[in-house]
Formats: sequence, C-alpha cells, structure tokens
Amino acid sequence: MLGKLLKKIFLADLFQGLWVTFRNQNPKYIYTEQYPAERPKVAERYRGAPRLNINPDNGETLCISCNLCALACPEALIVVTSQRNETTKRKELTTFTYDTSRCMFCGLCEDACPVDALELTQDFEMATYTREGQIWDRQMLEEGPEPTQYKC
Amino acid sequence: MPDSTFLDSTELVLNMGPQHPSTHGVLRVILKLDGEKVLGTECIIGYLHRGVEKIAENRTYAQFNPYVDRMDYVAAVSNGLGYCLAVEKLLNVEAPPRAQAVRVILTELNRIASHLLWLGTHALDIGAITPVFYCFREREEALKIFEKYCGARLTTHAFRIGGLLYETYDGFEQDVRDFCDMFLPKVDEYEELLTNNRIWVGRLKNVGVLNAEECKEYGVTGPVLRAAGVKWDIRKAQPYSGYEKYEFEIPTAQNGDTYDRYIVRMQEMRQSVRIMRQAVAAIPEGPIMGKVGKVIKPAVGEAYVSIEAPKGELGYYIVSDGSTQPYRCRVRPPSFVNLQALDRMIRGGLIADVVAVIGTLDIVLGEVDR
Repeated sequence: MLGKLLKKIFLADLFQGLWVTFRNQNPKYIYTEQYPAERPKVAERYRGAPRLNINPDNGETLCISCNLCALACPEALIVVTSQRNETTKRKELTTFTYDTSRCMFCGLCEDACPVDALELTQDFEMATYTREGQIWDRQMLEEGPEPTQYKC
Repeated sequence: MPDSTFLDSTELVLNMGPQHPSTHGVLRVILKLDGEKVLGTECIIGYLHRGVEKIAENRTYAQFNPYVDRMDYVAAVSNGLGYCLAVEKLLNVEAPPRAQAVRVILTELNRIASHLLWLGTHALDIGAITPVFYCFREREEALKIFEKYCGARLTTHAFRIGGLLYETYDGFEQDVRDFCDMFLPKVDEYEELLTNNRIWVGRLKNVGVLNAEECKEYGVTGPVLRAAGVKWDIRKAQPYSGYEKYEFEIPTAQNGDTYDRYIVRMQEMRQSVRIMRQAVAAIPEGPIMGKVGKVIKPAVGEAYVSIEAPKGELGYYIVSDGSTQPYRCRVRPPSFVNLQALDRMIRGGLIADVVAVIGTLDIVLGEVDR
C-alpha cells in the first residue's frame, strides 16, 4: 500500500516509460530513407514499372503478340496490335500500349506472358507532367523510364 | 425571466470528420452533445465506396484477386487468404501443405503488422506520440518480408487461387525467425511504455464498455469480442489453412473496455509470433500450387468461408453460375460490423473518449465502405 503510494508520488510509471525512450536514443539502424540522396534498394521481386523485353542479340522484341496479357489484366489497360507477316506466316507486333495510370501492379500480366516478354521491373520512379505521359507506348516500354537522379 | 438560460441550453450537434485525422480515414460521425457528454452518435459512411462487390461480377475469379487487397489495406494478406479459400471451396480443391504453411506465416505476419499500425495510431489518438515511431519501425521489418516474398509492401496479392504463385525466396525462413526473435522484446517495450502509464490507464479504463451480451447482439467479432470475455476465434472454432496443427491460445479479458482490448491485442501479437515459430520450423516440402486449371470455372453453386482477420471475422460469400466470373460476391467485413457498436459504446461517455473508442474498434474505412 505504502509502496503503491510512493510509486504514485514519485511518478514511477512515467519514469519507466521515459527510460524506454532514453534507451532508444542511439538506434543501431535508421529506417528513414534519405530518398533523393540515397536511392532505396527494392527487393528483387519488386513489382514496378513494366518493361517489354527485347532480344539483346538482334534487338527484336520477344513479344509474340499472343494478347494473353491484355486478357489477364483486370483493368484492361494493355492494348496489343499485330500484323500478319505474309512471308513468315507469323504475327508481328506493331504497337503495344500500357496505361500505367490505371495499373495497380498486381503482376497478373507478367504471370500470363508465355515468353517472359512483359515484366514488372524494379524501376519505381514513374511520375510524369501529363496524363498522356502515363500511357506508355512500345518504345517507352522497351527503353524503360529514365528518371533524373539527384545527388547531394 | 427567459424560458431558457445558457445554463440549460439545448443539445449541440457537432460534425466530426470526414477529414478528421482521428477517424482513421473518411468516417463522418455526427455527435449529439450535452456539454461534454455524448448523447448519441450517427455514423455516415460511404466516402470510400468503390463498389468492390460489383467489380467482382465483372472480373474473372483470378482477376478479382488483387481487388480484395484494397478493402482492408493494412491486412491485405488476410483478405487475399479469405477470398482464395472461398474460391477453393467452390472449386473443391485444397492448397498443398507447403502453400498452407507459407500462407499461415504470411497471414500471422500481417496480423502483427496490422496490430502494430493500430497500436501506433491508437496511442497517437490518446496523446502518446512515441509508440507510433516504434511500431512503424517494427512494421517496416514485416513489410520488408512481404516485399521480398511477393514484390509489394501493402497491396500484396501474395496468394493465388489454389495455392501460391511465388516460391519462398532464399532466406525466407531465417528472415521470419529473425523477425520473431526481434519482435517479442519489442512488444515488452511497448507494454513498458503504455500498460502501467497512468495517463494511458486513466484514458482507457472503463471507456467504451461493450459487454459480452451486447457484442453478440451487434455481431461484433475479433479482439473486441474477446476483450468482453468470449473465447471465440475462427482459427480455433473452424480451423482453416492448417491452423489446427499449431498450438496457441485465445487471449481474452473480462471487462470489455478499451484497456482490455489493448491488452488482448498485445497478447494476440505474442500468440502470432508463437504460431509463426511453429509454422516456420516445419514448412513441408512439395508443390505450392493445387490442381487448378488455367481458366477458373467453378460449377454452379455457392460457398461461404470466414477467416479470422486481424479485425475480426472476415467472410466471403461467392455464388457461381458456372461461368468464369462470379455471379455474386458478398464480403462480410469485420470493420463494418464492429462499427455498428460505436453508438452503444460512446453513448453517455465524454467527447474526449470518442477518438479513443473509434481507435479501439480498429476500423479501416476501405473495408467499411468497400
């Protein structure tokens, strides 16, 4: 009883809490990211900006214009058009449009792709000045975004 | 003498929200006040309504999967699990044991992340600033595991119908074990900060009392129900995804006030660590995807599956008409049901307790409005 009273008078509970904050004065690891100066390292499986892969040897697209990604997309934001090549009797990709403003990066399109042409990459800086800039065409998808990098 | 003086003035109607930071989103509460005493409340919801149930009718089963993450966005993994289990029941398939174990680990990790966000913001509402920084620090570790596993931190889309898409990454088990070891002392640290603190106790004890009978009347589930002394947990009552294999207790309390709900949630975090430790010690080898075709086309029928989400009982009721799209998808969100008890909990209390009671219900408006 007396102990309880003394604890109350000398604010024991408050000092107990203050001791916790005092212990955390010098944290070993700081979680705050200094973003423009230090760029975060995202995980390997990060689902970021889309990319349409090209064959590094001859620069031709890997896409076989099967349209599976457009069908898998819940938001129907991928538009693939293709043309039939009369000599080789194969479909050839003409345009590929990807509306990143509506994309929720669920990754269903990259799951659907049978040839690993469409991929969600680790790029995460996709801001543009216009709404139209959010709609990526084939060239943009193959080159990927080139954000300005700031250094302190 | 005039009929009424300012001393016996009539009640005051005060609008709180939808931009009020303590309503945890876009909840609007109309308070009827007599001085500082709350005579009644009225909740106005729907500011975040996106028509998720209607969207489901226009998407295939696999396509709707990312949308469920956006209902309770602080516990996206639990939402995904509930939806996947419901479709799996409709298809009459079961996820392989390995997938089930990984699902349990990620769901429990998400429960901890959700409770941490609740603790931080709830303490912030009451006036304690420090816990929010500590909680977000540990939550970051949990989110890092999500990011490494499936590539997203918040709206994870971690599970697929029939099992998992992603195999666990190298060092997944070690990451989870490290998290468990790191996290338990941190819970003690939060308790040290808050449990005995006289301001915390004074603000929470006997505030927003909801006893067991009232909980049952309102259909309230989750930690709010358990704080009233009812030992009800879907993980024990109707085990799913292999929860019957793990040993854990259902933490309960007696009074059903805001302080008890705090104690129950702190204990739940410890139990989650216990489940994760057991699950990560015995992840079976084998396939991660069940026998599900490329096109998901369940037979005509209906299925209801409920799981224990961090906020309470989360149910999915799916009706199939034999096509690739659900005929109807109804979600029973815990936040929406728990919110109905708000008036009962606040009535007769003080206006300062309103934010404490909204905080203790742990609502997410994305789930309330859907």
